Amino acid sequence: MVSTRTDGHGRDSEISMTTVGPPCHRGGVPPAIEAEGLVKRFGATTALAGASLSAVEGTVLGVLGPNGAGKTTATRVLATLLAPDEGRALVGGYDVVAEPHRVRSLIGLTGQYAGVDEALTGTENLVLIARLLGQSRAASRRRAAELLDQFGLTEAAGRAARTYSGGMRRRLDLAASLVGRPRILFLDEPTTGLDPASRNELWDMVRSLVGDGVTVLLTTQYLDEADQLADDIVVIDRGTVVATGTPDDLKARAGAAVLQMRPAQPEQLAVVERVASELAGATPTVENGSVAVPAPDESLMPAVVRRLDDVGVRLAELTLRRATLDEVFLALTGHRAVEPTDDQTDLRETA
Amino acid sequence: MTLDRTAPARPAGPALDAPAAPRRVTPAQWASQSLTMAWRSLVQIKHNPSELLDLSIQPIMFVLLFTFVFGGAIYGSADAYLQFALGGLIAQNALFLTIYTATGLATDLQKGTFDRFRSLPIARSAPLSGRIMGDVVRQLWSLVVLLVVGVVLGFRITTSPVAVLAAFGLLVAFTLAFSWTSVLLGVLARDPEKVQIYGFTVLFPLTFASNAFAPTETMPGWLQAWVAINPVTRMADALRGLLVGGPVAANAVATLLWGVAFAAVFGPLAVWALRTRV
Ligand SMILES: Nc1ncnc2c1ncn2[C@@H]1O[C@H](COP(=O)(O)OP(=O)(O)OP(=O)(O)O)[C@@H](O)[C@H]1O
Ligand SMILES: [Mg+2]
Repeated sequence: MVSTRTDGHGRDSEISMTTVGPPCHRGGVPPAIEAEGLVKRFGATTALAGASLSAVEGTVLGVLGPNGAGKTTATRVLATLLAPDEGRALVGGYDVVAEPHRVRSLIGLTGQYAGVDEALTGTENLVLIARLLGQSRAASRRRAAELLDQFGLTEAAGRAARTYSGGMRRRLDLAASLVGRPRILFLDEPTTGLDPASRNELWDMVRSLVGDGVTVLLTTQYLDEADQLADDIVVIDRGTVVATGTPDDLKARAGAAVLQMRPAQPEQLAVVERVASELAGATPTVENGSVAVPAPDESLMPAVVRRLDDVGVRLAELTLRRATLDEVFLALTGHRAVEPTDDQTDLRETA
Repeated sequence: MTLDRTAPARPAGPALDAPAAPRRVTPAQWASQSLTMAWRSLVQIKHNPSELLDLSIQPIMFVLLFTFVFGGAIYGSADAYLQFALGGLIAQNALFLTIYTATGLATDLQKGTFDRFRSLPIARSAPLSGRIMGDVVRQLWSLVVLLVVGVVLGFRITTSPVAVLAAFGLLVAFTLAFSWTSVLLGVLARDPEKVQIYGFTVLFPLTFASNAFAPTETMPGWLQAWVAINPVTRMADALRGLLVGGPVAANAVATLLWGVAFAAVFGPLAVWALRTRV
């Protein structure tokens, strides 16, 4: 599978993931989600520039990308909310443009911004969906109670969703997308704004749904999350797929670990940078008086320490850590992921 | 980017073991979904009692204010003024209430609730028709409040119960047609606060530059020309005719024609906005 970028971003403009077989034909089962060449423009902005992806039935497909990459747009196209300008997509075997109603009867959607009605109680929100799906009053109440229990919201069931915390609202939103027992679930940044405990709970929830055979498409900005949940990952940037593979493939691609060094004397930053570049054979990033470089294996750290010692540089800080999404991006695309916008930061802070 | 696949376009069909879903909803399903949406719109009142204040206290305040503060000055006596003004107050209140359709829709669009609805296998129009049904109930509630308060203050209905029902019917018919402007506003503004600002910027001049609160003859000539054709004037006069007697037919027809005009212009625009801006 080959992804080509034509925007002239240096050495990594062509990325081949030769080790990855096409995920779409695993086991001969047709994919639950399959999109090819999706293009969506908003005026002068091209939100999707020919993105293709596919998700095997009963697995999690992680769509990983920075702000503005086109994750929400792709989700909205696949969930029949938005018609693509070009390309086509099949969800559960149905074309999202030609047979949207059929697609809708198979899917559940938890959008990036909670879709619950804040004026209604938790129970009423779920009963509303169940009634819309044609269930009887009694069956709707039962299903609502069941989901509220499953999501730990029974105590808040009778309260208006307006009074819920951000995490409770997200859980109610997820519960609402499960009322109709969808076979295919779209989760657009489901854990943004959640505290670590709620995030882990949600991850468990996703795993148990997948255990029941549900196919999940999950968008995220966090490599960590994709790593935890996804069977396959599609990395998108500026509306194009820049890499596809299993989490392990991607991490191998990005350099599993990063060596970070801060010289005691800031003037020696350039020396550290040069040494790191030479020994790692990769371009380091310099930020806040500290140099970071991909560390493909464990021999890099001692080598760097020895060499810096030889040239008389003392380090104030030396860490070997997991690659961040930003660094995966740098490795995959040759440019940095866009910084989070203010309101995204707010969302995270209010978690 | 190419997906490494040789498989040609596969005919669309159910890939999963679920039975093939129907392609669209039946009229009975549409009705049931709309009623569910209407239920939702009315349950919102239960959890937001301040809305009931809007629906009840505000019309009452308007009746009291106009009757006792301006009534004497405009019409010589509060009593005579009430007999003249209640039809106008009802028309004005009905138009103000159409803002609910716009704010409700804008809130759903802003919060993502509308996306959730659109991802469900339900009629595309159900969220809208349900909301409008809920808003008709609000209209009727407010109308009853106004009539009861009016009667308590001395308003005398001098026509028949049939005429009163016709007044209800005319009001609902016009506001339903006028609601298309609200739908358009709600979709374009996507923000309940903006809806309030834009909405009242249009509704204040429309309702006050009419004969709802003061007789046309007391106004300058240039204004009279507009007031005479203003739909609020025509509806206020029709309501007066139906409640306290006087010419009805021409005013009712003019009101309905205005309704048709609003629906013909704003209906397609609203549908276009819903298709392209949502
Ligand atoms: N309705 C719209 N009108 C105009 N531009 C839009 C619209 N929706 C998305 N865009 C633009 O399309 C691009 C992709 O947006 P999208 O929301 O899909 O990104 P994303 O990956 O979901 O980002 P985030 O992580 O911030 O949610 C952005 O540049 C965005 O500004
Ligand atoms: Mg998004």
